[in-house]
Amino acid sequence: MLRRDVHVTAHDLPTFLAQVILQPLFLLFVFGKVLGSLGYTRGGYANLLFPGLVALTAVITGMQSLAFPLVAEFGWTMEIEDRLLAPMSTALVAAEKVLFATLRAITASVVMIPVGILVLGSIPWRWSALGLFAVIVILGSLLGAAMGLVIGTSVQPPQINIVFTLVFTPLLFTGSSQYPWPSLSRLPWFKVVTAMNPMTYVSEGLRAAMVPRVPHIEPWICVSVLVGSLLVLMTVGVRAFYRRAIT
Amino acid sequence: MSGVQVDTTAPPGAGVTGEEPAAAVYDLVKRYGRAPVNAVDGVTFTVRPGEVFGLLGPNGAGKTTTIGVLTTRVRPTAGRATVGGVDVVADPVGARGQIAVVPQRSNLDRSLSIRDNLIFHAAYHGVSPRDRARRADELLDQFGLLPRANSKPDFFSGGESQRVMIARALMHAPRVLFLDEPSTGLDPAARLFVWDRLRDLKAAGVTQVLTTHDMYEAAALADRIGIMDHGKLLALDRPAALVQSLPGSTTLDLVLAPAGPAVSDLLVELSQLPAVERLEELPADPDDQGSEPAVRVRLYVAGEAPGLVAPAAAAAAGRGMRLVDIRLGTPTLEDVFIHLTGRTLR
Repeated sequence: MLRRDVHVTAHDLPTFLAQVILQPLFLLFVFGKVLGSLGYTRGGYANLLFPGLVALTAVITGMQSLAFPLVAEFGWTMEIEDRLLAPMSTALVAAEKVLFATLRAITASVVMIPVGILVLGSIPWRWSALGLFAVIVILGSLLGAAMGLVIGTSVQPPQINIVFTLVFTPLLFTGSSQYPWPSLSRLPWFKVVTAMNPMTYVSEGLRAAMVPRVPHIEPWICVSVLVGSLLVLMTVGVRAFYRRAIT
Repeated sequence: MSGVQVDTTAPPGAGVTGEEPAAAVYDLVKRYGRAPVNAVDGVTFTVRPGEVFGLLGPNGAGKTTTIGVLTTRVRPTAGRATVGGVDVVADPVGARGQIAVVPQRSNLDRSLSIRDNLIFHAAYHGVSPRDRARRADELLDQFGLLPRANSKPDFFSGGESQRVMIARALMHAPRVLFLDEPSTGLDPAARLFVWDRLRDLKAAGVTQVLTTHDMYEAAALADRIGIMDHGKLLALDRPAALVQSLPGSTTLDLVLAPAGPAVSDLLVELSQLPAVERLEELPADPDDQGSEPAVRVRLYVAGEAPGLVAPAAAAAAGRGMRLVDIRLGTPTLEDVFIHLTGRTLR
């Protein structure tokens, strides 16, 4: 099944790359380059923004790679039926979906590195923190996939537009990708809101790995919260998957 | 091969002929969520190896739900179901290895070519890579799809999609093939092509379980037919035996107008005409937009029906009514359904 998904993606590589690169590319370009050049942001902002955009890419790509196709497959193309009728556990079909979305998200996050170098000239990179970077990117990708699983199994096709507006946009802007979380002390209510978004811990974890001088949430807290959120979202998502697969 | 006996009491695990049934349900019940009634309400039947078994009934009769349980996609509320001797609830993975499903609506993988649809399906079922390619080409050829093997399903008509889905189902050589309304929505030529392929499969010994609300399809394909309505199995036998169970060897439909208070007396009089074995009042024809109210009845006649037209017309005239239309026929599965439920299949 994974080979099927890789096969389809490989045949459609330009679309995949456009999907994953375009949004972060523009965010990076406008916030990191344009605003900086015009003097609206201070010198270090691009370095602070970059880890946040990698986090955004991991979570959003994971979510999109799973939620959109799943809503369609359960809703109207019914493509998933052929796989649900294969002689293997239903949980494995769900696991394959998560694994594939995670792989896509990791790929997209890694692609952000050359894109960042290209747009910004240089990125804050520390070889010594490669381990932490990898762990957080993998957890962030899994987090996105788990969110996608929950959305993809609980949303009916007619609601898809409104759900994406209601879920996507807030997620995008409360995930601390454009600002470091500890700096929000002057906006305490917003600080609470962003702390509820698990994506915040991906952004903060990556800042810890790439720009440790910027105040950030401790890596062990980030990892713990991410693992906890993953457990909850995966449990909810797999249960919902079963409900859709077997009535 | 198809015996006459109606097997509705076999205990779990016991096939009628002593061999293991290809598929079986025992006292099957399914109730969805908060639905007030059971979608399937205590159904029992066994399908013999090599048999083509049809479930005939109107939409909402519980046919698709029954198939859904046998194909592991619907969890039964009560009762037991097996395919190839494997319990579908206790071992759904094992059960899926025994079966293939051709659904009512296309569920082909739109991102893959037709050929890849077949090949990946076989991969999901653990067929070796070499066998996959060989079998895909054989089946594409057999189903007249080879010239378009590299096209994507989006460009296929309903009939072509149906052919692809049947070919796909055969990729892993299932013990039982389930078909949900195999020719619904197909044009006549496509329908005949699908029927021919299904007959070929029967000749090759593939057990088939199909649902249909089309009595012609049921009669054309099935060795035995179970008639379902409101979640219950009302009758189960060979098509010919079902029709023979009806009184009368020919039918005479009469349309009488104007419908009025004299109708009930007239119906009694008609039912007492010589050779009339039974009289069934038919539901009003929805296409009939006539200005005056009419009543439709069907007489089941022993022997020749045409001789009854004149006496029927005379009886109607005697009650102040006219004979507006007549139609002669022989009883069909639809009559069996009317006999059992008082309604037509549509």
